[in-house]
Amino acid sequence: MTQCRRSPLLGFASGLAMLAALPAGAQDFITVASTTSTENSGLFEHLLPMFQAETGIEVRVVAQGTGQALETGRRGDVDVVFVHARAQEEQFVADGYGVQRFNVMYNDFVLVGPDNDPANVRAATDVSAAMAAIADASAFFASRGDDSGTHVAEMELWRAAKITPEGSWYLSTGSGMGATLNTASQVPAHALTDRGTWLSFENRGPLEIVFEGDDVLFNPYGIIAVNPEHHPHVKVGQAQVFIDWLVSEEGQAAIASYTVNGEQLFFPSAE
Amino acid sequence: MRPVRDLAPSILPLVLEGMGYAVGGKTLLSDVSLVVASGRRLVVMGANGAGKSVFLRLCHGLIEPTSGRRLWADGAARAEAQAMVFQRPVLLRRSVAANLDYPLALKGQSRGMRAEIVAHTLDRFGLTALADRPARLLSGGEQQRLALARAWAMRPQVLFLDEPSSALDPSATRIIEEMVEQFSGEGITIVMTTHNLGQARRLAQDVAFLHRGRLIEHRPAADFFAGPEAPEARAFLAGDLVW
Amino acid sequence: MDGPFATALSLIASGDPALMQIISLSLRVTLTAVLIACVIGLPLGAALALARFIGRGALIVVFNALMGLPPVVAGLIVYLMLSRSGPFGSLGLLFTPSAMIIAQTLLILPIVVSLTRSVVEDLWVEYREQLHSLGAGRLRAVPTLLWDGRVSLLTGVLAGFGRASAEVGAVLIVGGNIAGHTRTMTTAITLETARGQLGLAVALGIILMTLTLSLNAAAWGAGQWARGRLG
Repeated sequence: MTQCRRSPLLGFASGLAMLAALPAGAQDFITVASTTSTENSGLFEHLLPMFQAETGIEVRVVAQGTGQALETGRRGDVDVVFVHARAQEEQFVADGYGVQRFNVMYNDFVLVGPDNDPANVRAATDVSAAMAAIADASAFFASRGDDSGTHVAEMELWRAAKITPEGSWYLSTGSGMGATLNTASQVPAHALTDRGTWLSFENRGPLEIVFEGDDVLFNPYGIIAVNPEHHPHVKVGQAQVFIDWLVSEEGQAAIASYTVNGEQLFFPSAE
Repeated sequence: MRPVRDLAPSILPLVLEGMGYAVGGKTLLSDVSLVVASGRRLVVMGANGAGKSVFLRLCHGLIEPTSGRRLWADGAARAEAQAMVFQRPVLLRRSVAANLDYPLALKGQSRGMRAEIVAHTLDRFGLTALADRPARLLSGGEQQRLALARAWAMRPQVLFLDEPSSALDPSATRIIEEMVEQFSGEGITIVMTTHNLGQARRLAQDVAFLHRGRLIEHRPAADFFAGPEAPEARAFLAGDLVW
Repeated sequence: MDGPFATALSLIASGDPALMQIISLSLRVTLTAVLIACVIGLPLGAALALARFIGRGALIVVFNALMGLPPVVAGLIVYLMLSRSGPFGSLGLLFTPSAMIIAQTLLILPIVVSLTRSVVEDLWVEYREQLHSLGAGRLRAVPTLLWDGRVSLLTGVLAGFGRASAEVGAVLIVGGNIAGHTRTMTTAITLETARGQLGLAVALGIILMTLTLSLNAAAWGAGQWARGRLG
């Protein structure tokens, strides 16, 4: 934008910026777009203070759906995206919006459902059988229905089980992980959730884990710095410091040390 | 302290030349030619709807004539040294003193000068005890007294009054009339409307009689009350309804 | 009683620093937005009441309609404006309290403008001749009318404050709900509810409702007082 095109509105906006100016030290920060499930797991509250103490860089996390987080990155509104949707992440880098994708960690998805197990899911030997049991019994299932990483993974599981989920038992909430779990605990219904959100979720009602451990439920997280070729203003240096720290031995150990109720939520996977 | 209005150039006499006012195709006042002489008390009389209020508003400059002319002696389109008191005074939602201060501030007078004039005005009209009271909570009589005081504090050469006591009881009316007489005694020209015959007799030095938007008599009060020429005015004085 | 309410009360009673930070940010953002909306909206509303120009009617209708602007739409508009790929992207305001202030100003402004117009218009009918007689033209009448309409205007400003402090859609989109930075009472309630951690959510809900209640009580009290005191 050239000087002459600056409108009074822009001046007004600058005035606002000054009006709400933050306390000192706010300059040294990066903004990261991540997913609601990662935010809800509480991982950032564990990691970020350690990182900031070491480097002096404040990390501001905007939690969005996976698709929205990548879009935020494409628009240049954040310096880093930290999500779990491998194919979309690789596309993001291939399109030139991201510098490079790094493996950081993984967690896994679990199937939760009513403790009385009306569909006899616990007897299933693999996740396809578990999904089929739910559909066959027309037992309630609460889906994210929001094209999030979790929703994409869920649709993949139905497809693998050769089931088209529809009918009054299939509840598409169109909302985040926490909201979907709140719905599931009230109905009660089954739901696919990442283990991190589940472990830190308190309003469980009658829900428990009814199926877990299949390799298919593996959920890898990647981290990507936004490409400064597209958005020259991004803080690529500080962004790389953050990424380097996460994949370092120290960062990986910090990830492994995060537990909720004594259970480890995320497993380091940096090469 | 006597206001120094004598030093200012006189805006009077006010000359009206064939002044008329029409709105929406309806003529409310037509062809009024009249001279308002300096220092006199002119009472405008006539039945309801005769055009008295329109006449005052035209003179004061709240509305502009649609025909004819209104000429002040100093040549200004709307002379500054004039004030008007309405049938129902509009007092601002603030204290009595602040109401007096407001028009002075509009005139750009200094804070110190305003304070002096306000204090003097409050004192002169016996309002000092009410100075900090919200003006809107005064009684009807007190409100009109404040409106007159506010007008006086503006040091007008001419004061217009539109039925100033029609909403008041007799004792409050008496106080208002005394104030008008005092103002007149200080040299302020008075132009007022009233449909109260007694009040007209007590206050008028000159009478202008309006009938259906026309000026049909303008004479010294003594002559007018002794026997008006126009039959409508005679009927009005006799207490007949004149339409 | 155990559960969310007990957690909430202990959080409030202990003055939990995270809770206090969220409350203070929320108030700072909303009060600033109210202030800006008043600085712009009071004169603008008065101008709409007193000025006569072509398109005035259309403008009045637009501002009336904008009072019902859904907060998420306001948020989306501000997001697109402030995004790095938008016209004001170079300011780097997205995901900052400033962005939330802008979005909330957009929500409050129509309320302030419309209410001011209506109050000033009504007063002008009553005051026009008297102010003219005292020597005040339309322009000079503006501050007089605003001041004399102050009690009614205060009600409108409080309504604006209520709308801004209670909404979640706009601040979530433009602020990003960043912990310790742009997390307000409403976005924190949304997040904590999603996390199934109802304690903090309930605590914030209690505070938000208390705030709204006290503001409305104050507005009502001020109105009653003014009717008795100012006439």
